[in-house]
Amino acid sequence: MAAATHEPPPHVTEHHTTTGIDNRKMMMWIFLASECLFFGALISTYLIFQGESLVGPLPHEILNIPVTSASTFVLLMSSLTMVLAVYGAQHGRLGMMKLMLLATILLGLVFLGFQAYEFTSFVHEGLGLTTNQFGSSFYVLTGFHGTHVAVGVLYLTSMLLASQRRTGLGADRALHIDLAGLYWHFVDIVWIVIFTIIYLIPH
Amino acid sequence: MGGSRPGSMIAIIGSLALVGVVSFLLWMGFADSGDFAGHPMTTWVPKSDNASLVHGVYQLIFILAGAVFVGIMALTLIFSLLYRERPGGEARQFHGNSRLEVVWTLIPVLIVVAMAVPTFSTMSVTSKPAPDNALKVVAIGHQWWWEFQYPELGITTANELYLPVNRPVSVALQSSDVIHSFWVPQLSGKIDNVPGHENHLWFTPTEARAEPYLGQCAEFCGLSHANMRFRVFVASTGDFEAWAKSAAGDRTAPTADLAKAGEQQFVASGCVACHTVKGQAGAAGKIGPDLSHFAARTTLASGTLDRTPANIRKWLSNPQAVKPGVLMPNLNLSPEALDKLVAYLDGLK
Amino acid sequence: MATALGAMTHTQEDTGLWSWLTTVDHKRIGAVYTVAGFLFFLLGGFEAVMVRTQLAVPNGTVLDADRYNQFFTMHALTMIFLGVMPMGAGFFNYFIPLHVGARDVAFPRLNALSLWIFLSGGILLNSSFFLGGAPNGGWFGYAPLSSIEYAKSSGMTFYVVGLLVLGLSSLMASLNFAVTIINMRAPGMSMMRLPVFIWMVLVVAFLLILSLPVLTVGLLQLYFDRVWGTSFFSPSTGGDPILWQHIFWIFGHPEVYVLILPSMGIVSEVLPVMSKKPLFGYSAIVFAGAAIGVLGFGVWAHHMFTTGLGPVPQVVFSASTMAIGVPTGIKIFNWLGTMYGGNIRFVTATYFSVGFIALFTIGGISGVMHASPPVDGHHQDSYFVVAHIHYVLFGGAIMGIFSGFYYWFPKMSGRLLDEALGKLNFWTMFVGMNLTFFPMHFLGLAGMPRRIYTYDAGMGWDTWNMVATIGSYILAIGVLVFVVNVIKTMRKEPDAGNDPWGGATLEWAIPSPPPAHNFDVVPEVRDRDPLWYNRDHGIAPTPVPEHNHIHMPPPSYFPLIVALGVLLIAVGALSTLAIVGLGAVVSVYGIWGWALEPTD
Repeated sequence: MAAATHEPPPHVTEHHTTTGIDNRKMMMWIFLASECLFFGALISTYLIFQGESLVGPLPHEILNIPVTSASTFVLLMSSLTMVLAVYGAQHGRLGMMKLMLLATILLGLVFLGFQAYEFTSFVHEGLGLTTNQFGSSFYVLTGFHGTHVAVGVLYLTSMLLASQRRTGLGADRALHIDLAGLYWHFVDIVWIVIFTIIYLIPH
Repeated sequence: MGGSRPGSMIAIIGSLALVGVVSFLLWMGFADSGDFAGHPMTTWVPKSDNASLVHGVYQLIFILAGAVFVGIMALTLIFSLLYRERPGGEARQFHGNSRLEVVWTLIPVLIVVAMAVPTFSTMSVTSKPAPDNALKVVAIGHQWWWEFQYPELGITTANELYLPVNRPVSVALQSSDVIHSFWVPQLSGKIDNVPGHENHLWFTPTEARAEPYLGQCAEFCGLSHANMRFRVFVASTGDFEAWAKSAAGDRTAPTADLAKAGEQQFVASGCVACHTVKGQAGAAGKIGPDLSHFAARTTLASGTLDRTPANIRKWLSNPQAVKPGVLMPNLNLSPEALDKLVAYLDGLK
Repeated sequence: MATALGAMTHTQEDTGLWSWLTTVDHKRIGAVYTVAGFLFFLLGGFEAVMVRTQLAVPNGTVLDADRYNQFFTMHALTMIFLGVMPMGAGFFNYFIPLHVGARDVAFPRLNALSLWIFLSGGILLNSSFFLGGAPNGGWFGYAPLSSIEYAKSSGMTFYVVGLLVLGLSSLMASLNFAVTIINMRAPGMSMMRLPVFIWMVLVVAFLLILSLPVLTVGLLQLYFDRVWGTSFFSPSTGGDPILWQHIFWIFGHPEVYVLILPSMGIVSEVLPVMSKKPLFGYSAIVFAGAAIGVLGFGVWAHHMFTTGLGPVPQVVFSASTMAIGVPTGIKIFNWLGTMYGGNIRFVTATYFSVGFIALFTIGGISGVMHASPPVDGHHQDSYFVVAHIHYVLFGGAIMGIFSGFYYWFPKMSGRLLDEALGKLNFWTMFVGMNLTFFPMHFLGLAGMPRRIYTYDAGMGWDTWNMVATIGSYILAIGVLVFVVNVIKTMRKEPDAGNDPWGGATLEWAIPSPPPAHNFDVVPEVRDRDPLWYNRDHGIAPTPVPEHNHIHMPPPSYFPLIVALGVLLIAVGALSTLAIVGLGAVVSVYGIWGWALEPTD
């Protein structure tokens, strides 16, 4: 490589990295490690404030496990459609890729709809952001997760729109969709942890 | 070591001499600052059982630190002189030495172990609960003054704590607002007053003396953090009991006319809303310091002013000027009102 | 300083303002980071001098209590987040690609974005002085003093928003550096051939990547407490002020290593070159640095020994803190081993590096002293700790950075800094620093608490406070000597050549300042000290091919647009939600344009 007479432009050399992993993919992995600590701190806060609420409503009085189980199922299914979108991107099946991206976006939106419904009904039942420690730590934790889902929906939508262009997603199509998939699966896995801790483990 | 270099003995001896002189001067500085004479908040002269135990660890760690200091400084200086660039000088090419790496991993390990053992054995004593016969005191941090309660004796006072010598005292630390930290260096290391958590510390004062043990809030607590000082008086058992008897009782009622007028003024100016004076009807406010025995204290404004009539006047005429941010408002008292209040307060033995 | 900026990249054709605003060249970005960081360093120094002036005599009247609290808070925030970290980031930007043998960092535009967001955050934080008062609750922002109940001015909201913005910048920069170091190395540059400086940067990058998100959560919670009425940290409604301390120090202690490790790296570069022999115990120094990084996540509660943790956590955190003294000791011994048997060329860079060893050792010793909780009962929140942190951060971090200035300025500008002024610079700073900070040990021993804006006569604190204040003036003069040196040096013709020091690392084989594409031919690395290996084995540089067309990424203004969006979001978080919305739109537009922009 040192003796190469014609250096390829940097955006192409990026594919020839020291480890063989694309720079963007490596950054996504390291970024997700950082995100683990972000949600770890939020979840820890939630756990620390368990049983510290001075007034109600308390979690067992208000959490609607069947409804949230349904929304959890929706998010899980979105990971499946995401896997199929990545498969489509990697195997040149663009119709499948676009359809599955659309499905993932819609499932993400349904999840956000469930969350909006949940938040509104909790507020009606008297649990606001500042009502008690449960309210604060619950809304901030699930709210930031919801924000991540929303960012994911925007991310996937931009991928879908970009793939509609004449040039599509270009030579790096599979990588772009793969990166979006990594992010989406991470957000999904975090929700499994949050769902287990808030809804499933009895206190 | 570098024997081939000319002048190496001079460099080594000169370096050692310089490091020796500097270390001696620094030691003089430490010795002076640790002296109680002239340094009333010294951390180096313990006057309680637990503080003395801690002092043993402190001395040992200080000596270890000094030894490391001398060693590294001397080596740095010697190497700088010995291996400085000289015409025709050659650097010896080597990458390392595994045996040396092991040795100088072990040196800090040994130093650290030498610190850890006495540290943890001291903690096993000082972190025990206080003995059963301990005098119970509650120290409550406020922005920016200290409230001291003796729940068993029915005493509430402010900024000056009385303790009997040679009896353990157990201090419960609380806060009414932000985090403060209770620190009387000669009697104990500091522990924070954290709102919502009660902390504890205990010690047995070992020396009764006339001059106070000075203390100060050590956790940054806002505007007048610097003005949150307090005093601890350690007295003989007899003196303490006499003080406690008086402190538990009502105020001394005013007799002089001016002081009596001051009592009225104390109500008229609204002082009673925040201050308690036991024995004065209606004076039961809890926001500011208990003033029942104000004149038995040596200072006012949380240890920032000596209690003299002039200073009481200074404080009353504009508290903000003495202690920025203090909750007590400027009451814009007339000179006559000031005369009366000073006379009244200065008689509250 | 503008001349310095220009000269650091003078070989580039385009030097207009627009070219700077749209640059994606790591060297230009590094130069802006360095200069901006240095200007903030001067500002933080001014705040420090004001604080020292107030404390020169008992019952000082130079600053009132509120102004004093703002100054000491902003001094810490400025020095840590706007001075030392950006000056470090300047070196990282400039030298990571040069050291690993790359043409740029992994993500050049992301690099520009980090820079613009850092500048936005720095300006935003300092604008608080004119918008209702700067943060006044200490850089640690302890709850509940930082709550809206006890800090009614907007200062602490500026603190929250400013640190969130700066944290975002650091996170993006760290991701970029980590990927560049792991993934962009020249052929033959294995991990165990990386310069120690680069190793330390890698540790720093991971410390930030893993600790910043925790601080982010704490700051967001504090923001919710202050603005939207939650009570994460307010005890009166069920919150827990100690939780904030845990969150803050889980970030705050790794942050200390973020500040000191780069300087350890610089010293590990300068000493071998000036001693003309390889670094002693390369692997030991690398592993010790990594060990410091890992242990750095397990010692945070030693900042909380006095909060009533209970004996078991005290013992655990005391033991882990003492343990971190071991790798630190290993490093010091290895630096001494590097000097041993050398033929040390004492230029100013060497002075600062040797000064680093001596002064950092003092800070390290006092750090291990208060690893013992009983001793910490005396040291905590006293001037002893002020002495300790300044020996670590000034004696350590700043001395290392100045060593780096003298060592690398010729590479960045093509000019050698003046040696006579350099030695004057070193000695005034060295004397000033010791006069300022050593007496603080005495003051701590005499029981002086920190963060007090005034003290009475008769406490025995007068003499040493006066000495410390005089020391701080000498120190300030020392820093000004450096400014004079830079200005003087910029007026002379380039005289450095490619390699004024006989350096061992790749940057010394290319022109000073380096061309935009860094290397005409990507070098092949055969040893830990590649240039020395080539010299000793008679390996000639690879000839430059005749048609050497090197394509560099084009400039882009989208980083600037995204940074503007982030700034608007931050301004909105301090004022009204509508501006947040506007900022979000601008950011999304910027990211969209960024994604679609051709990069060749």
